[in-house]
Formats: sequence, C-alpha cells, structure tokens
Amino acid sequence: MTVFARKKQGQLGGLSDRTSDIILVIFSLIILLIIAYPLYYVLVASFSDPYDVYAGKTFLLPSQATLDGYKAVFAEPNIVRGYGNSILYTVVGTIFSVAMIYLVAYPLSVKELPGKKIVSIFFIITMYFGGGLIPTYLIVQKTGIMQTIWAMFLPGGVAVSNAIIARNYFENSIPGSLKEAASIDGASHFRIFFSMIIPLSLPILSVMVIFSMVAYWNDWFTALIYMTNEQAPLPLVLRNILIKSSASASQASMISGGYAELNKMTEMIKFASIIVAAAPMLIAYPFVQKYFEKGLMAGAVKG
Amino acid sequence: MTTSAVPRNAKLQRKSLGRRITDNWQLYVLLLVPVILTIIYKYGPMYGIQIAFRNYNPGLGITGSPWAGWKWFERFFRAPTFDRMLWNTVKLSVYGLLWSFPVPIILSLILNQLRFKKLKRTVQTVIYAPHFISTMVICGMLRIFLSPSGGLINLIAGTQIDFLTESSAFRTIYIASGIWQEAGWGTIIYLATLSSIDPALYEAATVDGASVFQRILHIDIPCLLPMIILQLIMSVSGIMNVGFEKAFLLQTDLNRATSDIISIYVYEQGIVSGKYELGTAVGLFNTAINIVLLVVVNRIAKKYGEVNFV
Repeated sequence: MTVFARKKQGQLGGLSDRTSDIILVIFSLIILLIIAYPLYYVLVASFSDPYDVYAGKTFLLPSQATLDGYKAVFAEPNIVRGYGNSILYTVVGTIFSVAMIYLVAYPLSVKELPGKKIVSIFFIITMYFGGGLIPTYLIVQKTGIMQTIWAMFLPGGVAVSNAIIARNYFENSIPGSLKEAASIDGASHFRIFFSMIIPLSLPILSVMVIFSMVAYWNDWFTALIYMTNEQAPLPLVLRNILIKSSASASQASMISGGYAELNKMTEMIKFASIIVAAAPMLIAYPFVQKYFEKGLMAGAVKG
Repeated sequence: MTTSAVPRNAKLQRKSLGRRITDNWQLYVLLLVPVILTIIYKYGPMYGIQIAFRNYNPGLGITGSPWAGWKWFERFFRAPTFDRMLWNTVKLSVYGLLWSFPVPIILSLILNQLRFKKLKRTVQTVIYAPHFISTMVICGMLRIFLSPSGGLINLIAGTQIDFLTESSAFRTIYIASGIWQEAGWGTIIYLATLSSIDPALYEAATVDGASVFQRILHIDIPCLLPMIILQLIMSVSGIMNVGFEKAFLLQTDLNRATSDIISIYVYEQGIVSGKYELGTAVGLFNTAINIVLLVVVNRIAKKYGEVNFV
C-alpha cells in the first residue's frame, strides 16, 4: 500500500516536486557550507604558513603545507599539561556525572517509592534557582576542595535535566513487566539496578556519557576560578594563546629567529591548537548521534 | 498482561507506608550521595545568599556577619554603568532570542522535506558539530576570523575592519556566532517531532496535489506548534541567563559599551575584586528577574494543558 502510494507520488509529483527537491537540496548545501566551511578553513590554515593564511591564499587548500604548527603545539609544555589535565577532568568528571544521573534517575523511576515527589522537587528546584556564582564560590572554599580536582565536578552536583531524561527513559523504554517479574523473583533494587537497568539502557547511557564528556572537555570557567595555573585544562591554556594572544616565555626562549619568527609561531599555534582542542569531541559524537533524538525527546515529552 | 497487573498494583496500594519505605530502603541508599551533594553545593549557596544583605566577614562566618540592609543593592543600582549593563543584558538576550529562535525550526522544516536520506544525514551530522566545540575555541576562531589584518571576514569583504573594537558590531557577532553554533543542535527536537507525522498524511496531501510548500504549511507547522510553544516558554524563562562565557571572551576595552553585561560585573566585582557581598547581591538581582519571568511564563504555559514542563 505505502510502496504503491510512494510510486504514485513520484509520478504524480512531476515537475513541481522535482523543482522543490532541487530547491531543498540547494538550501541544504548552503547550510552545509555555512556550518562546515569555518571549521574546514581552520583545518587548512593549521597546515599552512600563517603569512599565506593572512594573505588569503588558503581558502581551499593549504599553502606551503607543513606540520610545524602541530609540532609547536605539542612542544609547548603548557598545552601538553593542559591536555593531560583536560583528559583527567573529563574522565573522572564523566564517571562521576553519569553515576550521579543514574543514582537519581533509577529511584525516581520506581512508581511506588514513598517521597518520590518530594525528592523530585528537591532536585528540580536547583534547575531554576541557585545561590549564584559567589555563594557557590564561598561554599567551595569552605568545604576545602579549592584547587583540588574535586572542585571541577562536585559543585556542579547532579545534572538534573539529564537525570530527568534518563528517568523518563527508564519509565518509558524499559518494560514495567520486566521489573515486576524481577522483583517477584526476589531480585533486590540493587540487583535490578545493576543487572537490568544499566544493561538495558545503553542508548541513553551513551548519550549521557557524551553530554558529560563534552561539558567537562569544554569547561574552562570552573578551572579559572577554582584552580591554579598548573591545573588549568586545555581551553583555559588556550585562553592565553587565542584570546590574549600572548606568546609564552618557553616559546620565546625556544625560537632563535627573533621577533618575526616568534610572531609566526604564535599564529601557527593558534590554528593547530584549535584543531587539537576541538577534534576529540568532533570525532566522538557521530558514534552516538543516532541516540540523540531518542534522548532529547525522552526529556521533552514529560519534564 | 494488564489484567494481572491490576490486582498486583492494588496489593501494593494496600501496603502500609512504613512497609513501603522499608521495602525500598535500597533506593534511598542510591539517592544518598546525590542528595547530600545537592544539599551542600546547591542548597548551601542558597543559604549563603544572605551575605547580599550583610557586611561579610570571613572570620565571623555567614550568619555571624553584621547585617547591612540594602546597601549592596543600592551600590549596584548607583554604579555608573548600571543602566548600560542592565540594557546590554536585556538587549543581548531578547535580540538573541528573536534572531536565533526561528532558525532551528526553519532548518528542520527543510531537512524534513529532504527526500535524499543520505544527504539529510550528512547535513544533520555536520550541523551538530559546532555544539560540541568549547566556547573558548569558538571565540578563538572568531578572533581569528574577525582580525583586521588577514581575518577571513576582512579577506572576503576586502576590508580591514577591527570588528571587536566596534561596539556596534558586538551584538551581531555574538548572536550570529550563537546561531552558527547552536541552530543545528536545536533541530533535533523539532526533527524528532516531525518524524512522528504519519506518512499517510503526506501521501494523501500529495495525491491531492499539495506542493512541498503547502505540505510544510498545512502538515508540518501545525504538528510542530506545541513543541515550538514549549521551547519558546523555556527560552523566555532563562532570558537573564545570557551567556557569560562568550561575552567575557569577546569583550575588549573598546566594545564595552555593548558587551558589558551583568554577569561580567558579578565576576569582576565578586571574584576578581573579592567584593563577595556585592557580587552576591547582583547575582540575586539577576536570579530574581528570572524567577519572575519563570512564574509568569509558567502561568501562560498552564493554559496549554498538554504542555507540562515543570
């Protein structure tokens, strides 16, 4: 029936449908270009001589292709250390965050839990109302986690909106009969949580992992206020290079060619460091992309 | 299936409250750590808001410090840049909302009608990409693209304008880059809504001779409307939460006339200068406006019965 109708649509659609198809394709390609080109341009520039970049010779392909930018990035101790810090914060933070989300989401998905509503409200309030920057800062100070890795994720607490997404997923996508059968067979809540909920919710788990990873990988403000320079994650290190445009002392001592050479190096590092900072997440997200729709809809249907 | 579930549920209902609590003790154990953390790091700061009304002395602690009344609020209202900050904040977020809100809707209407599945998927993957990039990197790219000597924009336009020193350009830069970064991501929720449309509807419309444009107008848009309203409500209620990060990173001494926003003031006064009370008071002022908006918007939301968001 549908196959027949589709065929018929193709025939009947005729010219007007084909014209609109062409228009839609053109629109899509324009969108594609607008989004992709700036990223492509930086990628090309990162392999090019910076003077050629600023002379407008690298719109499509690298000019005087070189890996010097990347060599300089990985020779810069601040960046390497920042990279290491970022990886550490991202791994630990993601594990913490996802664990918190699951610890909140599962109990709140159990229908007969007494006090469920109060606990939900307790968490949801924090989505809309908070103490603000300074009182949070003072609490972090007071609890003695300043300048420790704990400051990177404890103050964030529970990602409540993500917990709601996960809870809705548990409620809607894991059959209630399965949970009931398990509890009648004498499985405890711990047992159900670890051997049923977690394995059965891998799609939403992957979405939560990627959301948390991205949040930690890209975060710099938390580190700006709570951490020392040595503990700065990559984006914060890049602040000096990209935003303040200052060359570091180590760079200056490395280079013998004088100020012009140093300037060139600074510019090269900019492009390469953008790629180096953005690449991990850009490579990771397409793998879980098919679950985004499911994840976000689960959160939107029922806040 | 359902018939056997009914008496079981009824039995659960009959259990006493105490019994239900002891039966579920493991669930409370799971909740323990998140609840404790939330009390310390979310409710703790709420309690700390009172320093907005005190002369905070770290030695005396929050509750030990003497009261100061509305002093810090008055200082904020009398700040020479108060008007500027308030209007910059409001303008940046209202203009931002007006410009960026329709874009994901238009994008998803186009993508939804695209019949080449492979192209559609490619476009989707690419337009999600900027969402995964750090604000720091985005602002770094903006600085490079907008540079007066050899920046991409100036190269294309053949000019040598230093955009980041022009206050008149700041909002455009801020909003346009925001659309570039988030519009693609914003399509997910609309595309998912559109994918729930029964294909038979399109077929019937096509048979009746409806063009793509008519199908969008009479099938897609009515289907999206509840979701559009929901999204609009949520955006309006966060209007004072205009992104600190990008404004902070794109600010230069010369574009302050438009880039100075309240959240930057909170950071500068509170963290950099250590005026905790002032920073807290200003933050509270911001939150208060948000709460008012949230309540108003929630009232409106209740009129749309099926859209239930808190």
